[in-house]
Amino acid sequence: MVLRLLKRTAVFVASIAAATIVVFAFMAVLPGDPAEVALGVNATPEAVAALRAEFGTDRPPVVQYLDWVGSLVTGDFGISYVTRDLIGPQVVDRLLVTLWLVVTSMVLAVLIAVPVGTVMAVRHRGLSGLALSALSQLGIAVPAFLAGILAVAFFAVRLGWLPSGGWTPPNQDPVSFVQHLILPAAALGIAQAAVLARYVRTAVLDVLREDYLRTARAKGLTPYRALLRHGLRNAAIPVSTVLGLQLATLLVGAIVVERVFVIPGLGSLLLDGVANRDLLLVQGVVMVLVVAVLLVNYLVDVLYTALDPRLRTS
Amino acid sequence: MPSRLQGVIATSIVALLVTAGCSAGSGTSNPPEQEAKELTVGLIAEPASLDFTRNDGAAIPQALLLNVYEGLVKLDANGKIVPLLAKGYTVSDDRRTYTFTLREGAKFSNDAPFTAEDAAFSINRVKTDWTVSLKAGMDVVDTAVATNPTTLQVTLKQPSNSWLFRMTTRIGAMFSRTGINDLATKPIGTGPYTMKSWKRGDVMTLAANPDYWGTKPPTETVSLKYFKDPTAMNNALLTGSIDVVSSVQAPDSLGQFKDTSKFQIIEGTTNGEVVMSFNDGKAPFTDKRVRQAICYAIDRQAVIDTAWAGHGELIGSMVPPTDPWYEDLSKLYPYDPEKAKTLLAQAGTPKLTLRFRIPNLPYAVAAAQVVKSQLADVGITAQIDVLEFPARWLSEVFTNADYDMSMIAHVEPRDIASWANPKYYWRYDNKQVQKLLAEADSGTEEEQVAKTKQAARILAEDAAADWLFLFPNLIAAKVGVKGLPKNVISEAFDLTAVSKS
Repeated sequence: MVLRLLKRTAVFVASIAAATIVVFAFMAVLPGDPAEVALGVNATPEAVAALRAEFGTDRPPVVQYLDWVGSLVTGDFGISYVTRDLIGPQVVDRLLVTLWLVVTSMVLAVLIAVPVGTVMAVRHRGLSGLALSALSQLGIAVPAFLAGILAVAFFAVRLGWLPSGGWTPPNQDPVSFVQHLILPAAALGIAQAAVLARYVRTAVLDVLREDYLRTARAKGLTPYRALLRHGLRNAAIPVSTVLGLQLATLLVGAIVVERVFVIPGLGSLLLDGVANRDLLLVQGVVMVLVVAVLLVNYLVDVLYTALDPRLRTS
Repeated sequence: MPSRLQGVIATSIVALLVTAGCSAGSGTSNPPEQEAKELTVGLIAEPASLDFTRNDGAAIPQALLLNVYEGLVKLDANGKIVPLLAKGYTVSDDRRTYTFTLREGAKFSNDAPFTAEDAAFSINRVKTDWTVSLKAGMDVVDTAVATNPTTLQVTLKQPSNSWLFRMTTRIGAMFSRTGINDLATKPIGTGPYTMKSWKRGDVMTLAANPDYWGTKPPTETVSLKYFKDPTAMNNALLTGSIDVVSSVQAPDSLGQFKDTSKFQIIEGTTNGEVVMSFNDGKAPFTDKRVRQAICYAIDRQAVIDTAWAGHGELIGSMVPPTDPWYEDLSKLYPYDPEKAKTLLAQAGTPKLTLRFRIPNLPYAVAAAQVVKSQLADVGITAQIDVLEFPARWLSEVFTNADYDMSMIAHVEPRDIASWANPKYYWRYDNKQVQKLLAEADSGTEEEQVAKTKQAARILAEDAAADWLFLFPNLIAAKVGVKGLPKNVISEAFDLTAVSKS
C-alpha cells in the first residue's frame, strides 16, 4: 500500500511539472503581444518596447519559463500585466467564489444523482426507472450554459423569482448570497447530476448482482435495506472516481456559467486574462485549475485505496 | 419504498424553488415617488485599476473623469470647451501662453484645498510620472507655473488648439499633491463624487462628495456594475437589479424595452466612427479609382441595418456631428454599383481579390458579410479573415499593417488628427491634409474650424477610407431616470446630473 501511494505521489508531482511546460508553451504561441494590448491604439513603438522590457517578455522563452517556474515554487504568481497587482491574492479571491459554485453544484449533483441513480437501477425494468433514464439523457444533452440561459429567461426575467446574475459574498448578506447561488449552481449541478446518476445506476446494478447482496436479501432484507447496509459503500468506489473526473468538467462548466450569470469567479478572471493577454495571470489561473484537478484525482486514488480492502494488500 | 424516495426528491426540488421564489419576489416593490438616493448603472468593460496615469483604456476615465476627477476645462453637451476648475482663461496673442484664473473654495476629497500649485503639479507630472501613451498630449507644454494661489500660467512650445482640448480629457485631470500615493485604488479628486468602494470584477460605488464646491449631485450613491455579457446586462435591467444600461451592445435587443410605462430609450451620437480602412500605402489602394469604386459599391444604409439594427448615422468622413467642424459628407459616394464597375475597369482591375481582416467584434462580423456580398456584385472578392480583438487585430492589422481592408470603430475624440500620421495603420500620406491639420492646430478658433473642415472634405473626396457609419449612443433606462448624457462627446460618463424618481 505504501508503495502504491508513493507511486501515485510521484505521478502527481510529475504531472504538475509537465503541466507547467504545456501551459507555458501554449501561452508562448498565443498570437498577440501583452505590451501592445496594454498600451492600446495610441502607443508609440518605443513605449511598447519599454513595456516589453518591464514585463520581461522580450527575454528568451526559456529564461521566462525558468523564471516563472522558479517563482511558482515559492508560491509567487508574479504581477499582472494589466492591473500591476499581485496575481496570487486575486486568484485566491476569485477561487473562493468559484469554489462556492462548484462545491454547491457538486453537492446538488450528488444529492440528486444518488437517489435517482439507485431508483434507476432497482427499477431498471419498471416505468419509473425508464422515465428517469430518459430524463437523465435529456440532462446530459443540455449544456450547462444553455440551461443557465434558459433558467435566467424563465426564473429571473419571466417570473422574477431570482436575480438574473451577480454575486453577494456570504458574509455580506447570506440571504442574497443564496438567492444568487441557486440558479447558477442548479444550471451546473443538474447536468452533472444527470451524468452521475447514470454511473450510480451502473454501479448499483453491478452491486445488486453480487453474491453478498443476494445473501443479505435471502436473510430477509428489502432491496433498498440490503443496498443501504451492504451495497452502497461498494458502489461508492466507481462513483467517487467519476466524481473526481467530473470536477474537471465542473470547473470548465463554471467558467462559462460564471459569464452567463455575471459571477466574479476564476472563470471570469481567466477569460479577461486571455482577452487582455495578461499571460502571467492566465498561466497562474490555469495552473491552479490543473493542480486542483490533479489533486482531486490523486485524492480519489488514495480514497480508492482506503475504500477497497483488496487494494490495500496488493 | 421507491415511490417514497421519489416523493422526497420531488418535494425537495419544489420546496427549493418555492422558498427561492418567496424570498426574492419581495424585491420588486413599487418605486417611491420622491427622488431615490441610489442608482445603479450597468457598464461594459471594467477598469483594470483606477489609475489612468499608468493604465490605458477607456474604462477608467469613463467612470472617474468629471465624477471624481475634474480638469480646468471640460466639454459641454455641445462639444464646446468651457471652464470647470478654472473660472476662465485668456490666451496670449501668439497663442502660446494660457493664463487660467482658478476657482476658490474647491478642495480635494482628502481635504487639501485646490490651488494653482496643484494645477502646475498635475500638468508637470504628466510628463514625468505618467506611463500611458496619451501623455504625449502634454509634450507641447514648455512650462506650467503658479503665479499666485489662484493663477496658473501655461506656456506652450508652439501654439496648439489640441492641447486645450486634451486638457478636457484624462491628461487634464487635477490631482492633489498630497493625494497620489495610492491612485490605483484610492483616487482623490475635486469632483462631485468620491470613490466609496470597488469590488473588482463586479461593482464600483461612488458616493456624493458632501464638500463639493459646485452643485451637489441629485443622487447620493451611484453604483457602476460591470458586465461582460450584453445579454446579462439587459436581463439585469429587465429584472430590476440595475436602473440603466449605459450602452446597448446589441440594438436588436431594444425590443425588450419597448414597454414605455417601464423603460425609456435614449438615442444620441458618439465619437465612434466605424471606418472600413484601406491599406492606402500599397496596391491596389494607391489608385484613387479603386478606393472610389469601393465607396460606390457599398450601400452604407444596408450595412447599418444589418450591423446595428438601423441605428446610427451616416457620416462620410472622420468627423462626428458633435465636433465644431462637422459637415454632412455622407452623400459624396452614393450607392452606385455600375459606376464602381466602370471605375474598376478604368483602373485596370476589373477582378480583385482582397484580404479583409476584421476584428471578432459583433458589428464588424455582421457588417463584413454585407460588404463582402456587395463587393462581389462589382467583381471584388473580399476574403474575410476574423482576428481576435484586441490582441491579434492589434498586432497584425494595427501594428504591422498586414491587411488590405479592415474595419473598426475609432472611438477616440477628435481622432481626425491620426490621418496626418503617415505611419498610422492606414498608411495614408497626404501632404495637404498634414499641412491643413497642422495649421488648424496652431491657428485661431475660426482657423481651426475652417481648416479641419477642409481636411475632412479632402479625406472624403479622396476616398481615403470608407466611413461606414457613426455608432449611436443607445441607452436603456427605467422610466424616471433623468439627466443621462444623450451624446457621448468626451471620455467621461457624466453622472453628475443623473437622478431617479
